[in-house]
Amino acid sequence: MVAKKGFTKGIANTPSWALKENQVTPERVFADRRNIVKALGLGALGASLPGQVQAGLFDLFGSEDKPAFAVQGLDYSKPNQFQISDILTPEDKITRHNNFYEFGTSKQDPFENAQGFQVNPWELRIEGLVDTPLTLDLNDLTTKFDLEERIYRLRCVEAWSMVVPWVGFSLAELLTMAGVSNKATHVAFETLFDPDQMPGQKNRLMGGGIHYPYVEGLTIAEAMNELPFLAVGLYGKTLPPQNGAPVRLVLPWKYGFKSIKSVVKIRVTDKQPPTSWNQLAPHEYGFYANVNPQVDHPRWSQATERSIGEGGLFSAKRIPTQMFNGYAEQVADLYKDLDLRKFY
Amino acid sequence: MKRLTPKGLIWIKGLLHVSFLSPIVYLVLLVMTDNAGGDPVQYIIHFTGMGAINSLIITLVVSPLAKFLKQGMLLQTRRLIGLYVFVYASLHIAAFISLDLLFAWGYLLQEVVKRPYILVGAVALIIVALLALTSFQAIKRKMGKDWQQLHNWVYVVAILAPIHFYWSVKSEIIEPSIYFVLFAALLWLRRSQIKKWLLKR
Repeated sequence: MVAKKGFTKGIANTPSWALKENQVTPERVFADRRNIVKALGLGALGASLPGQVQAGLFDLFGSEDKPAFAVQGLDYSKPNQFQISDILTPEDKITRHNNFYEFGTSKQDPFENAQGFQVNPWELRIEGLVDTPLTLDLNDLTTKFDLEERIYRLRCVEAWSMVVPWVGFSLAELLTMAGVSNKATHVAFETLFDPDQMPGQKNRLMGGGIHYPYVEGLTIAEAMNELPFLAVGLYGKTLPPQNGAPVRLVLPWKYGFKSIKSVVKIRVTDKQPPTSWNQLAPHEYGFYANVNPQVDHPRWSQATERSIGEGGLFSAKRIPTQMFNGYAEQVADLYKDLDLRKFY
Repeated sequence: MKRLTPKGLIWIKGLLHVSFLSPIVYLVLLVMTDNAGGDPVQYIIHFTGMGAINSLIITLVVSPLAKFLKQGMLLQTRRLIGLYVFVYASLHIAAFISLDLLFAWGYLLQEVVKRPYILVGAVALIIVALLALTSFQAIKRKMGKDWQQLHNWVYVVAILAPIHFYWSVKSEIIEPSIYFVLFAALLWLRRSQIKKWLLKR
């Protein structure tokens, strides 16, 4: 069969390596690594060793031959109101610094352990107090909606932050498609539960003691705001698993842990749903988890954050944290009757 | 078992230097080759922190081990290992101040106050630094009996270090718990000594 020219809706027919010019991030990880190994004279050392030993030596510095999860190019628009001028965090930092305890509690565990993750078949169910329950498969996620790119700041509760170009569609659009009942007060989310694929769900030591499946929730007003975003892509391509493939929530005005990954269920309800970190340590992690420099985590200050940007170890910047992570204009109204010290 | 000879001790010390230095070399290589994750900062802080806590365990293992093996000479490795506790703890705090706080000294004070686990770590570090500074033979001789009194403060560090570790993690309970048990066991072995120390004060 001859491939049709142009685009099917959603997934671009152009090969994944043919990125748009403005989307190209230097894939400098490999090049740099080789150069430095060379500069250290380890290249020469390696070359003088027999093949097997050589492989072992380079395994130590990351398995270069490990097949990476295959991502595909996406077709999307760039709505003006969601583009910000902040410098983007480089792709290889976004894909190699992840909290995704299902794949291990260290920041680099998800990158190491998730590459074999199967996203096809996938089922995302939208159910509960809706007019028409929906089930989306993998293809639906990239074809049922007009995809757009939104650049959002991401602020982790651990006081670091990134600037991320997501591709996806708004949560409100999906909920409107399903038709939310007027009895609805909250929306609950659930991550895939698959201990065979997610070693952290199998092993308590590796999974950080979280009760799986990971669950999250929003009020209906929050969910219908323009900001909540279901991301199916990152840097113009489908999401890698460590970032929550094939579909994740992104809530830029809340701490990162609210932005649940690898979602399989969205349930509209009339009760406040349980949320994973709140279950684990309620006095440290509230239901709302709005980014708020005025309200410290019981153990940490939240007044500032380390912004992970371009460049090496000494190039990061420490910046003051903004109320609602800088999205006050869009969301402050949602909380005008709420004491954010109490409802943290 | 044969008595350890001074030459054997030199070999053991050499081996210890290699074992304590190689993780640092390994860390530098990991960071330089981009293999310490997308944000190496937390990786480095965690790695050096664990280095300090593991070295502390090892230094506390020496005397029970020497007793068990009836090799008194082994006790002479304690200063060496203890100094590596100081080295790793210094790298740990240096990484925190330089890479995480980015030398925002104003924040440092705030952070110490707002994050109690950092205060616990800071107290432990100050004690370790005092022990390191007084580890020279000349000072030891000059201090006489006071030296041992001061160096028994390592028991306080053995209590503070696992608290600092436990308090700093978000949800992982198991690993810090293992360290609590290890330190508790090592302190239990010294219970009579510690009692004596506390009564004398």
